[in-house]
Amino acid sequence: MTMAPERIDLRVELLLDQRWFAICDLTDLIPGRGVAALLPDGTQVAVFLDRAGRPYAIDNRDPFTGAYVLSRGLLGSADGRPFVASPLLKQRFDLETGRCLDDETVTVQAYATRMEEAVAA
Amino acid sequence: MTKSAPKTETAPTIVLVGHGMVGQRFLEALADRGVTARARVVVLCEEPRPAYDRVQLTSYFSGRTPDDLSMVEDGFMERHGIELHLGDPAETIDREARTVTARSGLTVTYDSLVLATGSYPFVPPVPGKDSEGCFVYRTVEDLLAIEEYAKDRATGTVVGGGLLGLEAAGALKGLGLTTHIVEFNARLMALQVDDGGGAALRRTVEDMGLIVHTGVGGKEITADVGGAVTAMALSDGSSIDTDLVIFSAGVRPRDQLARDCGLDIGERGGIAVDERCRTSDPAVYAIGECALTADGRVYGLVAPGYEMAQTVADDLAEVSCDGFTGADTSTKLKLLGVDVASFGDAHGTADGCLDVVYSDSRAGVYKKLVIGADGELLGGVLVGDADSYGMLRPLTGSVPPVAPEQLVLPAGLGAPAALGPSALPDEAVICSCHNVTKGSIRSAVTDHECVTVPEVKKCTKAGTGCGSCVKTLTTLVNDELEASGISVDKGLCGCFGYTRAELYEIVRTLRITTYAQLLDSHGREEARTGDGCEVCKPAVGSIIASLAPTLGASGYVLDGEQAALQDTNDHFLANLQRNGSYSIVPRIPGGEITPEKLIVIGEIARDFGLYTKITGGQRIDLFGARVDQLPVIWSKLVDAGFESGHAYGKALRTVKSCVGQTWCRYGVQDSVRMAIDLELRYRGLRSPHKLKSAVSGCARECAEARGKDFGIIATSNGWNLYVGGNGGAEPRHADLLAQDLDDEGLIRLIDRFLMFYIRTADRLERTSAWLERIEGGLDHVRDVVVNDSLGLCAELEALMADHVAGYRDEWAETINDPERLRRFVSFVNAPESPDPTVAFVPERDQVKPDLTLLSGPNIPVRTARTLEGTSSR
Repeated sequence: MTMAPERIDLRVELLLDQRWFAICDLTDLIPGRGVAALLPDGTQVAVFLDRAGRPYAIDNRDPFTGAYVLSRGLLGSADGRPFVASPLLKQRFDLETGRCLDDETVTVQAYATRMEEAVAA
Repeated sequence: MTKSAPKTETAPTIVLVGHGMVGQRFLEALADRGVTARARVVVLCEEPRPAYDRVQLTSYFSGRTPDDLSMVEDGFMERHGIELHLGDPAETIDREARTVTARSGLTVTYDSLVLATGSYPFVPPVPGKDSEGCFVYRTVEDLLAIEEYAKDRATGTVVGGGLLGLEAAGALKGLGLTTHIVEFNARLMALQVDDGGGAALRRTVEDMGLIVHTGVGGKEITADVGGAVTAMALSDGSSIDTDLVIFSAGVRPRDQLARDCGLDIGERGGIAVDERCRTSDPAVYAIGECALTADGRVYGLVAPGYEMAQTVADDLAEVSCDGFTGADTSTKLKLLGVDVASFGDAHGTADGCLDVVYSDSRAGVYKKLVIGADGELLGGVLVGDADSYGMLRPLTGSVPPVAPEQLVLPAGLGAPAALGPSALPDEAVICSCHNVTKGSIRSAVTDHECVTVPEVKKCTKAGTGCGSCVKTLTTLVNDELEASGISVDKGLCGCFGYTRAELYEIVRTLRITTYAQLLDSHGREEARTGDGCEVCKPAVGSIIASLAPTLGASGYVLDGEQAALQDTNDHFLANLQRNGSYSIVPRIPGGEITPEKLIVIGEIARDFGLYTKITGGQRIDLFGARVDQLPVIWSKLVDAGFESGHAYGKALRTVKSCVGQTWCRYGVQDSVRMAIDLELRYRGLRSPHKLKSAVSGCARECAEARGKDFGIIATSNGWNLYVGGNGGAEPRHADLLAQDLDDEGLIRLIDRFLMFYIRTADRLERTSAWLERIEGGLDHVRDVVVNDSLGLCAELEALMADHVAGYRDEWAETINDPERLRRFVSFVNAPESPDPTVAFVPERDQVKPDLTLLSGPNIPVRTARTLEGTSSR
């Protein structure tokens, strides 16, 4: 048997109070879809991966219905910017700013994200 | 004192009193004519907010915020230098000194004064009318007060069964109150409709659960010791227990300001004006509902008010105009969901006129046309079905191109299909709110190079008032574009310029197996390599799934890239409910189920605390599962012999059946066996929209097969196949495709029919709409699938054979695959934690979602209003 080369896993992190908080492994995400995650204070965030492999994070709560479901919406892009469409009533939210594209008075919180190497043996 | 105008020292000053819809239209008309650039314009407004759409006031209760209702474009006042004073009504006018003084003490000197004070609700002099809990229905503030007061009240009464009264009643009902309507006249909407129309309207309104009292008035309102309303005594001696009363018994012109400064007032109120809308003082104008116009009428509609606003703007701009000599009072409304329209001489007052009436009390449809002695259309009343309003109103005054009786018949009963907007003359008024003719709409396309309906709306304003003409407008614009040789963009969405049917052919012939491949090769240039959108992803996912066995692609909807294309319901193989929980529907083919299986469903529901309800498709829906509970519930169901019912997919749902000849003394075939065979054959078939079916064992039709996409009714000789039926919002009876088929013949024909539909339908187009749209209609479909006119039948049958052979249960596939199961957790970083926001409270011995957990810092009011336009992008 040959030794397996050192495996490099990528981890998705989001910026929380000036500190990077690890959410999940990149392999937990499917391009074009999202997952829900819990922050230490119990807040729910929706984390997405676009087709190009970039991660995004916004609030999981759909402000139009109150349900915590944005992570289950479909991703798309409009004018080159990624959005998620709420699975309930289909309003779209910009993934970088959290701004609702169908009602400019509504915004959800967006979080900065990055991918960090987690070296495993 | 007032600050000096930003214009030149000598700029004249125009003061507008009242900032309602007509006032705002007046300001826009001034701006359009360049008057705002050379005159100082000051607006005094009583209400605390700028002009809003009072006509749509009731939509506040369906989720539109006061801001949504605003009529004023952002920055409009600033851009035109208009000084708007909110919450500061004009109190006195000194015509001698030409000044207006507002409540705050602000005094403005005017060169021209325009009164647009509107009207106030008439409150009949009923004893007790000032009790707590009595309201009028006129402003946003009124609505907010009603909403607040109704919170813990049970019953409400609306005095007045006219247009506004019905709106108010609808609003009370929407707030959950038992609602009474008290109308002094013998019928509802006495002004607009005749007795027959009133009767149809009443029946429909009562069917909605409202309680209607006509021919009676309120005699007295009684209150408790605290002064709050408790009941209302009626003139016939009866009494209604009620917690709240809304007066909506008509409006009166607000002319007090004009009376106080000595302007001429009509005998029954209204500020008298001439054709140029000038009052008895030529420096003072009056427009809208406060004005008594040159034809001796006070108009309570917005369209005549707009015309008056433009007349005054023309006068001030010194543009010649015809003046305001009277207006069309035609209206089309949707009240409580019922279409009501009246136009022209609706009551048949002209000499020698005759009626043509179509009345279907069962369906709540009433249509009357008034025809003059020479055969010309003079007017009419439409209740319950006002689709033809857009055509009939412009025809008023002319002899219709077809016999009048044909104009009132419902589609399919001899109504001429060809009589569309193309039959109208150029001078026909299409949009009566903005007085836009067919000719202007056509020239917007030909001369102003508008290529879409929104552009034409912007250019002509047509369709931006009440919106009732948008359907006619769209047809006209598309006709004109086609005539000009401009192709209309029929693309699926912003990502694809192809229709769904075209994409189906591309996928099939080029054997494309992934969405990304299709987007990058056949998407619009700007959309390639992007992320697509929520419209085309599920549509393409469905096409690939339909063709999967034939393409050699995986048909499992959660495989690879397919997983990212599915709407959330398909993605989790269950139906998302309002609190983020899911419902589960196991397949029960034909509605036949053993006691053992019923017990298993009962046990699962009990053990997991699920709410159970029998569906319309003869199966059982289990509500309230968290995403992390889905796999274990499926496992138990699969172990007991159940499989997915595809209630979440655009796919075959159920094949309903009656009990058939096995038990029923009338049955002539075994409808249950046929239903089971069909359901098992077509289960899992992905299609442009959901598919429903039913099999009835005899002509009594207990399975309601003619309300289905494909319905089968037994005959003594075999089976009759009906297609294109639908229940729902637009019910349609299915049409007979073929009769007296044997079992094999029936199945072969359904195979072909379904595959032809899947191949040619648009996204989310049910078979009913498809059959109506497709060129040649039913006859063409019959030619293709029965007579094989396109030589396609062998291929269609082969596609279905591939589907049947390739079917696998999606639930079983999922629970047997650990990789797929990873997705079914509430939180990726806490797979063991359930979602705390998905919780339940008791309701009638079961559970319902606990919605209090979903209320955020600002509790949302919207619940079921989908955003328009997301599908047409």
